[in-house]
Amino acid sequence: MHIVVCIKQVPETRDVAMDPDKGVLRRSEAAGKLNPFDLYAVEAAVGIKEKLTGRVTAITMGPPQAEQVIRESFLMGTDEGVLLSDPAFAGADTLATAFTLARGISLLDRPDLIICGIQTTDGDTGQVGPGIAEFLGLPHASYVRSIREITREGLLVEQDLGDRIAIVSLPYPCLITVGKGIGQPRLPSFRRLLATKDFPVVTWGSKELGFGDEVYFGLDGSPTQVERIFPPKIEREQIIFEDGDLARQLYQKLVELKFVG
Amino acid sequence: MWGDGLAHLTIDRNRCNRCGLCLAACPFDALKMEKEIIVGDDCRLCRICIKECPQGAIAIRGRLEDRGNRSLYQGVMVVAEEFAGTIHPVTYELIGKGSQLAAASGQEVGCLLMGHNLRSQAEELLTYGLDWVYLCDHPALAHFRIEPYTACLAAAVDRAKPSTVLVGATPIGRSLAPRAAVRLRTGLTADCTMLEVRPDGELVQIRPAFGGNIMAQIVTRHHRPQMATVRYRVMDPAKAGPSRGRVIPLRLTETQLASSIQVLEVLPKAQEESITDAKVIIAGGRGLKRKQDMDLLRALAHSLGGQIASTRPLVEMGWVEHNRQIGLSGRTVRPQLLIACGISGAVQFAAGISSCETIIAINKDRRAPIFDVAHYGFVGDLYEIIPRLLTHLGKGGRINAL
Repeated sequence: MHIVVCIKQVPETRDVAMDPDKGVLRRSEAAGKLNPFDLYAVEAAVGIKEKLTGRVTAITMGPPQAEQVIRESFLMGTDEGVLLSDPAFAGADTLATAFTLARGISLLDRPDLIICGIQTTDGDTGQVGPGIAEFLGLPHASYVRSIREITREGLLVEQDLGDRIAIVSLPYPCLITVGKGIGQPRLPSFRRLLATKDFPVVTWGSKELGFGDEVYFGLDGSPTQVERIFPPKIEREQIIFEDGDLARQLYQKLVELKFVG
Repeated sequence: MWGDGLAHLTIDRNRCNRCGLCLAACPFDALKMEKEIIVGDDCRLCRICIKECPQGAIAIRGRLEDRGNRSLYQGVMVVAEEFAGTIHPVTYELIGKGSQLAAASGQEVGCLLMGHNLRSQAEELLTYGLDWVYLCDHPALAHFRIEPYTACLAAAVDRAKPSTVLVGATPIGRSLAPRAAVRLRTGLTADCTMLEVRPDGELVQIRPAFGGNIMAQIVTRHHRPQMATVRYRVMDPAKAGPSRGRVIPLRLTETQLASSIQVLEVLPKAQEESITDAKVIIAGGRGLKRKQDMDLLRALAHSLGGQIASTRPLVEMGWVEHNRQIGLSGRTVRPQLLIACGISGAVQFAAGISSCETIIAINKDRRAPIFDVAHYGFVGDLYEIIPRLLTHLGKGGRINAL
């Protein structure tokens, strides 16, 4: 059983800077951490490996320092790591990101299962997982909240569809995106810190991935362009009450607005 | 098939009967008849052969086409969402916004409806001012399964050639739209909260990112259609009226309808009172001192016929259930009235209340950012104001039904 888990380094906080010329986010300034939703993806992958035996490859796209999240995943039980890193990959939208990851995955031993977090905490789109599945021509199920059965042929999962739950079976190879319901992610094992110290992380750039005639890397390969980034602003008329009997004034306001009468 | 997504024009050998109509139709002489039909380098992905083929054997899994001739793509297509015969309300919001966008450029607005036994729903959708409804009605579409739904959306785009495709940012929409966008090799913007159209038809898509700390304005400059998922409860729904459009059946091949996914069961999630449906919300923040002080808010909610909600810290402390959290990492709400009690109003929270009709804030700190978003700000101690407000409400008696 070969499982690939797609992970991402996201900023430690959501306070971010932007590149005013390119209109893209400056990622290098903020310290990074593993996307919180990816902890569940790693947990699911390692959990399945333990049940069926096999190995887990963690893959990420990002700047060289994104190797850190691969190392972090080693501490949770992944076995191999691939970092897709090249200045040409920078500024990728979700299509270009999905393409690049799909390319990287297509160079690995063919996986039975690919697992992604439901979304990241920086982009919040949740689009990359389904995009990878499409580039690779695999069935996928998003928003998997629990895995009911794991067999050698496929998975039986519960999908959270908002107001309802769908119980669906998928044959391998397939892709799922997972969130909180999957179970508490294991803590990094410090025993593994020593054991994985010499685990190699393979780095591939556009030279390794840029074969064939259909290539979408980075800003140039992205159909969407960020025109500008701006802080949210709210323009509204406002009345501030500071003096007098505030409770009475509030009550009168509710009457005036016809919420009570 | 493995890696198939990276291919371009494909010919299904099992369906092809070598009739040669595609060769005759191809304006670029790109097709050759050997043992099977071979697609040459001259193929410009013009799709003429696809329409010509009586066997439905030719399909496009295209490269990122330069859809340079943007005028080929016109109007707005809304992807309807349906479950068990009921249209998801976000559909009407998309139609409302889609109609505005189409009207701005004098173009058509239509809808794609996929599922099984949905003829009457398709007719009903027409009453919302649509020019057309593509109806793909087949037992294989009874449940949402990603492969046939993606094929259906891609086929509808091929037929209708819309400039803009709007999909609800629901779990299903957020699974379907990115897959379809990759198949169509076009751009998709997630979770839009504002959409405008430029005179040249370019869609200006605005969405929150980084938990609402940043708004991003995004365009899909060279590719069509321009796809966006749109947050539920942000746009104003369309209103029903007389229908003028027509229902157009959309038929898929067995290959397009095939799926390796089996839906075994669909269960309703345990009924919860959802704050996203509430007309009145009383929300608490860190200005509350103890867990039991939430009772003060519950009493106010009770007397105004509303529900309680909170900011993230209170959820993290376990004072309030997580499904009552408002904000970027919680829910977006749009009640008629929201009273924010002891809430500072960080952007993450403010992002979740931007669509409330009326916001009243009670906070001791005059500089709290909540006063920038509130319509009516009361600078004072909630522990003094709310008990006395409850007394007034007790005397006032009747609560206006909402």
